[in-house]
Formats: sequence, C-alpha cells, structure tokens
Amino acid sequence: MISLTSPVKTKAHDWPAAAKLAGLCVMTMILFFIEDLALQAVFFCCVLVLYALPGSRFLRAGLGPLKLLWPFIVIVAIWHLWTNEIALGAIVILRLVSAVALANLMTMTTRLSDMIDVVRSLTRPLNQLGLKPNVLELAIALVIRLTPVLVQKGTHLSDAWRARSRRKAGWRIILPFTVVALDDADHVAEALRARGGFDPLEST
Amino acid sequence: MEKNVALIALFAALIAALGLIPKITLGFGVPITAQSLGVMLCGTVLGSKRGGLAVLLFLLLVAMGLPLLSGGRGGLGLFVSPSAGFLIGWPVAAFATGWIVEHWRGAPLALVAGLASMIGGIIVMYAFGIIGLSIALEKTLTEATALVAAFIPADVLKAALAGMLTAALAKARPASVLSRAGTIKAL
Repeated sequence: MISLTSPVKTKAHDWPAAAKLAGLCVMTMILFFIEDLALQAVFFCCVLVLYALPGSRFLRAGLGPLKLLWPFIVIVAIWHLWTNEIALGAIVILRLVSAVALANLMTMTTRLSDMIDVVRSLTRPLNQLGLKPNVLELAIALVIRLTPVLVQKGTHLSDAWRARSRRKAGWRIILPFTVVALDDADHVAEALRARGGFDPLEST
Repeated sequence: MEKNVALIALFAALIAALGLIPKITLGFGVPITAQSLGVMLCGTVLGSKRGGLAVLLFLLLVAMGLPLLSGGRGGLGLFVSPSAGFLIGWPVAAFATGWIVEHWRGAPLALVAGLASMIGGIIVMYAFGIIGLSIALEKTLTEATALVAAFIPADVLKAALAGMLTAALAKARPASVLSRAGTIKAL
C-alpha cells in the first residue's frame, strides 16, 4: 500500500525528518517570492538535478506523482498564450512544478516512522490542550489498519451488488458501506475498552 | 473517549476507502470523487468536532505520505499543488456541515443534512479551494472561480446524496447519527 516512498534508499533517508521539513518550508517560501523568470528556471533545474542524483529508478518513481500537475500546466499555458503574458505564465508553471516536486522529494525520502515522530513532536504543544499523544498515535495506527479492512468490505459489498444486478453499484453501496463503518467503530471501541481503554495506556 | 476515537478513525478510513469507488469525472484538473461525499458525511453523521477531526486525521495521513487520496495520490506535494486549497478546506467544510446539522433541528434530517452539505461542502470548501487556486496560479478570485465552476453541479448532486444517506443512516442506526443524537453520555 505504501508506494509513494522511493524505491531506492538515498542519503537523504538518513537526514533528520524535522530538518528536511523545515528546509522544505523555507525553500517553498523562497520559491513563492521569486518573481524573476531566470531565477525560477535555475531553481527548477536544481530540483531536477536533485531528482536525477539518486539514479534513473528514483527519477522515474519521482516523476510519477507529478503527472497530476499536467491539467494545471495546460490551463495556465493556454491562458497565458491567450493573454500574451508568456513570461508570467512560465514563472507560474515553473513555480508550480518546483514546489510540488520539492515536497514530493520529502515524501519520497522519509520513512513513515520518521514522519510519525515529526508529527509527535509537532503536536506536543497540543498536549497542554488535552490531546494525549498516545491517542493520536493510536488513531493513526487505527486508520492505517482499518483502511484495507474497509476497502475489502466495500469490495465484498460491490461484489454482492454485481452478483445481483447488471448495473454498476456506484453510490448505492455507500449507505451499507457507512453502516459497516459505524458498526466497526462500535466493535473497535468495545475492543479498546476491553483492553483497558486509554487511561492505562497513559501510565505506561 | 474510546468510542469517539474509534469513530474518528473509522470515518477517516471511510474517506480513504471511498476513493476507490470509480471516479465521476466531469472535467479535468481538480478530481471529482466520492471522497468529498465522505467529507460531507463526516460532518452530517459525526457532527462538527468529530467530523472535522476525522477529516483532519485523514489529511494528516495523506501528508505523511500514505497514498489515500483517490487515484493513489498522497504526500506533501499535494499541499502545495494548485488544488491544495480544497484539501485545506475539507476539515473546515466537515466542521461547518456538522455545526449546521447540530444546530438546525426544526426541519427533516434529509433536508437539513443536504443543505448543510451544500453550505459546508460547496460554499466553504470552494471558498478555500478558489483562494488556493488563485494563489498558486496567480489568477484573480473571479478567474479562479470560473476555472472550477464546472465542478459545482457534481458537488450539488453529492450534497443531495449526503442528505439522503444521512436520513437513511438515521433510520438504520439511529444512535449513530451523532450530529442529532444530542449529548453522548458515558462514552
């Protein structure tokens, strides 16, 4: 299921995730303040070099998620060709691609466990407001565990529909699907309580 | 407490699972999926706070790099892409939807939930989405609105569906439509 991380291990995997995240924020801020086409182009080339450095497999895996930008690139290109502000259009497109590509780089080179650590330290101030850190971590783990379960149950529902109808199930299975989720929530809550709930978790 | 956490986690997982239902594609760019229907349902079923938290939890996992958005998308890149505004608007949309269902009790649930989904899931969400689009593409708000206007009819349909589904859920599992269940005691 976890397919967005890099297929090859890079040096950046060992860098602290918090530092990478801070660097990403700073670079993205800078990117949005550059109004010069040449500088934007240089920035874009630097990002490309970062993608190319770990090898061709990394490059190919990295360019995949950027495909979602094509529609925006086309819209902006047509728009600015029409209004004849080509330089501005080029800046917008370069900035768009660089920003998403940089952020994608962070996702590719950071393990989920490192990300969870960052989330834990970032949400520490919320502990004063009453958010227990172990509750958040358990919720994260629950979603990761329950998503495939729900997907499987949804597939069963749509199979059951298909066995009885020629038409596609579409939105009609959302109702039983939501009922399944509500019932599962009851069971999970009961199971959590049966294991002592959150209070004992806190003391360990 | 356990019940709330379980509901929030399950609905976050539900949004993810809804992304696997084949897309209803009307145009290109900002994708139209059942996931935004899931966001509306979070609000109408779980209510403002739990609904908003469920969507927030879902987005947190997306930001951490799990490919939970429809089409297997995920990662931090989405939060700086032109459609980032819509993602950021999601939890607010769920919160607003839930708040309306909680506070407007005079009318039938299907109607209230449908209208609340329209206000939360369309007006609030598009406000965020359009601002995000106008920043990323350097367009005025009017121009950005024109770019996404084509997607609004599909969302009106989804809001109506959310209303019907909520009313049907209230019949199937009366205790579970928390936005209308009053105060939940001893959970």
